[in-house]
Amino acid sequence: MTNQTVVIGGGHNGLVCATYLAKAGHKVLLLEARDQLGGPASTTEFAEGFKSSVAHVLHSLNNKVATDLQLGQAGLERGEAVNTIALSADGNHLTLAKNVVSGNGLSESDLATYANFKSDFQAYAKALEPLTMNKPPRLKDMDTQDKFTLGKLGFKLRFGLGKDNMREFLRVGGINIYDVLKDSFESEALMGAIAFDAVMGHHMGPRTPNTVLSYLNHVRGEIYGDQSIPKGGMGQVVNALESAAKKAGVTIRTNAKVAKIKVENSQVTGVQLEGGEQIAATTVVSNADAKQTFINLVGGRQLDAMFSHRVKSVRAKGNVAKLHFAVKGLPKFTGLDENQLCQRLIVCPSLRYAEHAFNAAKYGEFSKNPILEITIPSLKDASMAPDGHHVVSISASFAPYQLKQGWQQGGDDFIATVLSVLEQYAPGISEQIVAKEMLSPVDIEQQYGTSGGHWHHGEIALDQLFMMRPVYGAAQYDTPVDGLFLCGATAHPGGGITGIPGHNAAKRILSMGGR
Amino acid sequence: MSATQHLDFTQIYHHSPFHDRIEAISQVKSWSAWNGVQTARVFDTVASEYFAARSTTSVMDLTPMEKYRITGPDANEYLNHLVTRDVSKLKPGRVSYVVWCNDEGKVIDDGTIFHLREGEYRLCAAHHQLDWLLLSAEGYDVEIEEETFDIAALSVQGPTSCSVLTAAGIDGLDSLKPFGLIHANLNGFEVCVSRTGFTGDLGYELWCDPEHALAMWDAIFDVKARGLYDVRPLGLEALAMVRVEAGFILPGDDFNPADSTVRAGHDRSPFELGLGWLVNFDKPYFTGKKALLAEKQKPTARQMVKLVVEGNKLPVDSFLFDRKNGKRVGTIKAYTWSPILKANLAFAEIDTKNGVVPQEVWAEIYYSKELEWHSTWAKCSVTDKPFWNPERKSMTPPSAF
Repeated sequence: MTNQTVVIGGGHNGLVCATYLAKAGHKVLLLEARDQLGGPASTTEFAEGFKSSVAHVLHSLNNKVATDLQLGQAGLERGEAVNTIALSADGNHLTLAKNVVSGNGLSESDLATYANFKSDFQAYAKALEPLTMNKPPRLKDMDTQDKFTLGKLGFKLRFGLGKDNMREFLRVGGINIYDVLKDSFESEALMGAIAFDAVMGHHMGPRTPNTVLSYLNHVRGEIYGDQSIPKGGMGQVVNALESAAKKAGVTIRTNAKVAKIKVENSQVTGVQLEGGEQIAATTVVSNADAKQTFINLVGGRQLDAMFSHRVKSVRAKGNVAKLHFAVKGLPKFTGLDENQLCQRLIVCPSLRYAEHAFNAAKYGEFSKNPILEITIPSLKDASMAPDGHHVVSISASFAPYQLKQGWQQGGDDFIATVLSVLEQYAPGISEQIVAKEMLSPVDIEQQYGTSGGHWHHGEIALDQLFMMRPVYGAAQYDTPVDGLFLCGATAHPGGGITGIPGHNAAKRILSMGGR
Repeated sequence: MSATQHLDFTQIYHHSPFHDRIEAISQVKSWSAWNGVQTARVFDTVASEYFAARSTTSVMDLTPMEKYRITGPDANEYLNHLVTRDVSKLKPGRVSYVVWCNDEGKVIDDGTIFHLREGEYRLCAAHHQLDWLLLSAEGYDVEIEEETFDIAALSVQGPTSCSVLTAAGIDGLDSLKPFGLIHANLNGFEVCVSRTGFTGDLGYELWCDPEHALAMWDAIFDVKARGLYDVRPLGLEALAMVRVEAGFILPGDDFNPADSTVRAGHDRSPFELGLGWLVNFDKPYFTGKKALLAEKQKPTARQMVKLVVEGNKLPVDSFLFDRKNGKRVGTIKAYTWSPILKANLAFAEIDTKNGVVPQEVWAEIYYSKELEWHSTWAKCSVTDKPFWNPERKSMTPPSAF
């Protein structure tokens, strides 16, 4: 067999990459270990009649990807824009739209600053776009594309942002969100709400250096469009991607778990499935994270020692647990009407609250007062829950992958902890619960094969980004193994339902001699 | 003394298990630290020690040399992935000289692999390697332990070394081939004897439990006391002479080990060190293979060579030129006057001409006569063979001298 391309993993980036390659003439076989595509973006039934997806807010799907792959025609409905509502126990909530914030008690200064702050950050994210949509340029032995990317980046930073904004960006780019927020805002509640997006999904508190960058990573989604809670859960996005992939000619096999990437003389020759089936391939594209790909599937024996070591040293310990509650009736949140319940609700009342929540994670404990992201997807799509019932979907942090007592032991305690926090905002909700599911980072790792159960397949940190993502030597989607490529969140620019790593990887594969 | 006991940072010099004897036999008390251990630079005079190695028998304490015990089901495959040479067929009782490289194919260190018993290996290295050995173990079921100070070792080298050791009570040396090892009995305790060394002559290295160290030393020096053969200790300065004669390069002295190189281009590949014969591309993947294969596509730009320098002046730190007052093509890395060959010898790194090593270069030598400085030119010819390579080095059985 010649010119067979195998994509390992049917997560959204695997689907995006496979579709681009198939459109360009590759014969693509996509192998998914689970019985269902989408990984943590798939919509699954967690209790009879109750459905949810691990990823529950869509805010960063790249427009170019959506257009190129004609996802609209393939059935994608992003859903209407939702705001973020930062909950307050007394019902005095803040509502954060992209560039406008409202809420009782916010000063004139905070109202104005929020608009400026957001537009500044959106401008920074825009300036970084040349870097986002291309392979990260090497600093040594650049090719023409790399020089072009760096040139464009330089131009956008200097002339896109302008001198003052560029200077400000360079000042804040590597520091922590705590200092930046304290310099700008007065309201604790507002600062907490902004910091939430800088730390959620990361092993970082607001005072951790690099949190401006992780915030920027979140804001990038805002320049593509509005955040939304898709009808039918994130699985609906996956379905659209699947249709597009099939239309492009991608062959999809589920329940096909790859056990091994076969390599001879540093050249990939195919994959071996669990159960022994061999599939020859000239190109193998892995949507799995770097550790899974290199350490578990390729194996250290086929790699240089320091490369393996770097891959093993990637920081990828998840810190978010996902909780799904099946509830009878619609839960009542103090001070929220039904329309507001359709929004993205967060619990992070102050910077100090978030910092204290993170402190526990440093020592292998879960937060006593976790920060929460809450959606009720059944309000968008009644089919997510039986009549008269709803699904409350919660991302809760910090819930460290390496919990000291172990997740077997600590799981129930954490559910109780999350509920006790939830009760402060939605009194009585505990009584409405008829079924529940909690996925700790360990569960997420086991179910979806993401090392450490990490949202981003590796921390979004300056030393693990750009030309160092996931590690140098594999930062341009190609790897030390000829014919093996990375296309997932482990690669530049990282996680989120963006489709960008898949897009960039396909571009790279095609430019390296694909058809 | 175990490795952990050894780590007392308040001690300036640590003591080897042979310390009592070494201290007693040293006439000039000239010490250096080798791997933190008090090691004699000179015992009495460099000349007498040098000639012991070349004419009779010299003994040197090898204990400070880095040693690692490598065992486990994948020990051989692990080592084969670590080093550039194919050691998959290294039989028990055999030793192999190897180098290992980083991902970029630059040499980290050199050393020897001893296949002590089936599946049980010892790796000797010039520099500390535990971290590199451990991080190279991904994908292998292997145990790696440092045993530097769990083993007492002596290097017994020279034309009469076989006779001396036989007289000391070790049997079986007659049939021991170069790069072979045996487990022997010496006065009731076990000694591992390998026909290896750093002098380029007939010689052996003896390895035993530190508790028998002094007994091993005494058994060897007793041969001298009994009036049978002369046996003398060897210090670092005489070793520096014989190792150049033998053509052995030293990581850290003659080239910069890759793991401690900061500046780009200051590390060296096996090809650049003239050690291309240690690289085997036919075996399974090893660290640096891809980089070395890529390097091999292009001519090696510079190479370490052995030089015989004409005249009576040592090429101390000299620059090398393609002709007198010509273009600079290289530098001297190590040098010695060889009393036995009556020649000035050197290692040098020189630029190749499109991969071809020039056979003749010129050294500009600065020298002082009664504190007045002069310079002169010396023709240097490149040689491939070790400078000192006597027949007895490889004869089995080695003749009695």
